[in-house]
Amino acid sequence: MAKFARKGKGGTPAISTASLPDIVFMLLFFFMTVTTMKEIDLKVHIDKAKATEVKKIENKALVKYINIGVPKSKFQSKFGKEPVIQLNDAFASVGDIGPWVDGVRGDMDAENRSKMTTALKIDKNARMGIVTDVKQELRKAKALKITYIADKTTKEVYN
Amino acid sequence: MARRPLQEINAGSMADIAFLLLIFFLVTTTMSTNTGMQRKLPPPPDNIDNPDEAKVIERNVMVVLINKDNNIAIKGRPIQLKDIYEKTKLFFSNPNNDENLPEKKMKEIPFFGNYPVSKGIISLQTDRNTNYEKYLQVNNELVRAVNDLRDEKAMEKFGMSFDELGKVDKDKQKAVGQVYPLNISEAEPRRIAAGAGK
Repeated sequence: MAKFARKGKGGTPAISTASLPDIVFMLLFFFMTVTTMKEIDLKVHIDKAKATEVKKIENKALVKYINIGVPKSKFQSKFGKEPVIQLNDAFASVGDIGPWVDGVRGDMDAENRSKMTTALKIDKNARMGIVTDVKQELRKAKALKITYIADKTTKEVYN
Repeated sequence: MARRPLQEINAGSMADIAFLLLIFFLVTTTMSTNTGMQRKLPPPPDNIDNPDEAKVIERNVMVVLINKDNNIAIKGRPIQLKDIYEKTKLFFSNPNNDENLPEKKMKEIPFFGNYPVSKGIISLQTDRNTNYEKYLQVNNELVRAVNDLRDEKAMEKFGMSFDELGKVDKDKQKAVGQVYPLNISEAEPRRIAAGAGK
């Protein structure tokens, strides 16, 4: 074995890993700041429409989502194949929107209540009937700021 | 009495802990940000000072209908989606003060002084069976027309686009927004006859 023993300090010196925690922490903080936890499990399938004139949603805390789409296949036996409303984690009917708005508004800080925006995330194959009903309910509940969720595209929508 | 030397804390496992957290956040991260088209609903109809149904002169209103077969009509005439943009631009700008296009009203706007602002209103009406995507596309064209008018105005007056202006000076952007207000009224739901858009 002596054959292999080296004299002195030959070979490559070990790379110092002392700065590794710093690097990892840097990455960690980056991801911590950009992370948004997945808010809810969507029980409806939503194929988003495309539009050119859309803006990024700012101030996520003030935006509350109403999802409208066809129930996913495992729920179809119970809820059918027509687009339905999902509020938070559950299926809902049009009449549930008023109380829901009051609920989420109650959870907000007093100064933010008037800034609440309702985001309508609607499947592009839905009909306007259900959308209009939802909008009428929002009007009644005085939740007048809405935003139609759509994916940004640079192509003209009519092509 | 000799002092015991301070014992150093072993930071070797720090990296492991940090890695663990890092991987957790990596997995839960969703980078995608939602984008949306913002709109303000009219106040509920029981509101007394509801300007929505106030009487307006015919030349000031452009009724955009989308019927249940997703056909579009403006002022009763059928129109293709791609033609809405030009029509809307003309409607709001009315460059030659055409008598069939909206009248203008002098309004005091910062940076612009007394400026003739169009009194035009677009009334967007749909059937219950109208496809949502079509509705959004029409909306998109209407907003695009107004946004481009604003861009042109901002370019002419301040030498930058409307969005750039917002980053530099919010007040100036607001002023341009007042020159071309986005007046889209979504009327009370109603049934639209199948033949309306034909």
